[in-house]
Amino acid sequence: MIDIIKHFINVISNPTISFTLLTVLAPLLFPPTDWFEKYHFKFGFNRLWKKEGAYFMFSCITLFLIAGYTDEFAIKILTKPDNIPIVLMFYLIPLTLWLAMNQAYNNDERLARGEAPLEQNDPKDKVLVWPDLVYIELICLLLFMVFLIVWSVYIGAPLEEPANPAATPNPSKAPWYFLGLQEMLVYFDPWIAGIIFPIFIMGGLMAIPYIDTNKKGQGYYSFKERRIAIFIFMYGWLALWVYLIIVGTFFRGPNWNFYGPFELWDAHKVEALSNVNLSEYLWVKAWNQGLPENILAREFLGFVVVILYFVVPPAILAKTYLKEFYLKIGSTRYSTIMFFGLAMLSLPIKMYLRWTINLKYIIAIPEWFFNI
Amino acid sequence: MAKPTASIGKNENSTTDNSVDRKGFISWMTVGWVAFSAATGGFFTMMIRFLFPNVLFEPPQSFKIGYPDDFTKGMVDIRFKKKYAVWIVRDQSGLYALSTVCTHLGCTPNWLNTEQKFKCPCHGSGFRKTGVNFEGPAPRPLERFKVYRAEDGQIVVDKTKKFQQEKGEWENPESFLELA
Repeated sequence: MIDIIKHFINVISNPTISFTLLTVLAPLLFPPTDWFEKYHFKFGFNRLWKKEGAYFMFSCITLFLIAGYTDEFAIKILTKPDNIPIVLMFYLIPLTLWLAMNQAYNNDERLARGEAPLEQNDPKDKVLVWPDLVYIELICLLLFMVFLIVWSVYIGAPLEEPANPAATPNPSKAPWYFLGLQEMLVYFDPWIAGIIFPIFIMGGLMAIPYIDTNKKGQGYYSFKERRIAIFIFMYGWLALWVYLIIVGTFFRGPNWNFYGPFELWDAHKVEALSNVNLSEYLWVKAWNQGLPENILAREFLGFVVVILYFVVPPAILAKTYLKEFYLKIGSTRYSTIMFFGLAMLSLPIKMYLRWTINLKYIIAIPEWFFNI
Repeated sequence: MAKPTASIGKNENSTTDNSVDRKGFISWMTVGWVAFSAATGGFFTMMIRFLFPNVLFEPPQSFKIGYPDDFTKGMVDIRFKKKYAVWIVRDQSGLYALSTVCTHLGCTPNWLNTEQKFKCPCHGSGFRKTGVNFEGPAPRPLERFKVYRAEDGQIVVDKTKKFQQEKGEWENPESFLELA
C-alpha cells in the first residue's frame, strides 16, 4: 500500500504533472474571480482555511515526512544538513499561510454581515517600539542565536573539502534559498535568470505599493477585498518560488535530471533532451533549409514573438476585458503591471515549452551573449 | 556686501591670533583635501594591489600531453581534467582539446562514457563528444584550445588560444590536430 502511494507521489512529482496541478489549483485555492470562487466553495477549498483544514494539511505533511524518513532514498534528502530549513519550511509556510487566510476569511464573513473587521477589537492603547518591541526582538535574537549554535554543533555544520574546480559534486545544488534561481537557470540564459529576473523580482515587489493603490485591507486581514492581488502574489510566491525550491531539493538528482522523492538517484538515468532553438525549428525543421548567415535574419521570428508577447496581450486586454481597470489606473501603472506580470508569466511558459517541445531559446544569439 | 569670515568656534569679532582668514582657510582646506585624497587613494591602491597575488600556483597555460599513440581512437581522455581543465578527444581523423568549463555558468561537466556525452551537474547542460551543446540551457558549444605537435613529436595544448564554434573558429586548422 505504502509503496503504491510512494510510486504515485513519484509519478505526480514529475514537474510536468505537479506544476500543472499547482497551476490549476492556484486559482481554486485563491479565487481571483467570481467564477473561480463558485468552484472554490463548491469543492470545499474554503474549508482548508478553517480548523479542519489545518488538521488536514498538517496531517498530510506529517504523513509525507514519516513516509520520507522511513524511505531509503528520501531519507538521504530529508536528513541532509543543507535541507533541514526546507523540512522546517514544510510546516512554516502552510502555518503562516493558514494563519493569514483563516483571519482573512473570518474578516470576510464579518464584513459580509456588515460588521467591522476583527482587528477593530485590538486594544486601543498603543505599544511603544522602544522598549516594548525591541526588547522582545532582542530576546528572540539571543535565543535564536543559542539555538543556531547548539544546532550547528549538533549536526556538525557541513564544511566540505577545499574547493576544486575539477570536481563538481553531482548534482551540484545551490543553498536552499537559491534553488528557485537555480531552477530558473535551467530554462533561461544566465544573464536573464541570474541577473535580469532577480532585478525584476525585486523591482516588481518594490513597485507593488505604487501600482496597487487599493486602500481596502489596510490594517486588517481580508481576502475578498483584494483577491486578484493576493492570487497573483500567491501564484508567484508558491508556484514560481517555493515550488521551485522544492523541485530543486527533492526532484533534482544526478546530472540535474528529474527524480521522484522516493526514487533511487540513478546516475545513469537516461533522459533524451535534445533541445532546439526556435530559429532551428523555423528554418531547419519547417522550411527545410540551413540557418541564414545574418544573425538578425536568423532570429527574426524570436524577436517578433518576444515583442508581440509584451505588446499584444496588454493592448487587447486594455480594449476589452480590462477596459475599466485600464481607464481607472492609467497607462503608466497599467503598462508597469503588464510588463512585470508578463515577465513573471514567461517563466512557466518557458518551462512548459522546454518540457513539451524541447525549446531551448526563443532568441538565440550566442555570438552576442543574448539568449531569451 | 558682508565680508565672509571663516571662524571656527569663535566670535566673529574676535581679534585673537587663532582666527583664520579667507586665504588661510582655503589653503588649509587644500592641504586637507590633498591629504585626504592621498590617504584614500593609497588605501584603495593597496586594496586593489591585494587582489593580485604575489605568487600564482597555476598550471602552465601551454603543456605537453604525450604522443599521438597515447590516445585511443574514439575515446575521451579525462587525465588532464583536474590539472589543466581540458579533455582530449581523439576521433577517427585527429585530436582536439575541449575546455572543461560549461558555457552556461562555468561548472565542470562530467564525461559519461555510457551515454557518450558531457553532462553538467549544475543545470543539466549536455554536450556531445565534439563539444556541441545539445541539451539543457548551455547557449553555445564548449571551447576548444590550440593543439600542435612539438619538435619532439609530443602534442602540445596551448590554452592561451581558444576557438569558439559559434564564431566559426573550429574551421581553423590550429583548433585540431590531424592524425592518421
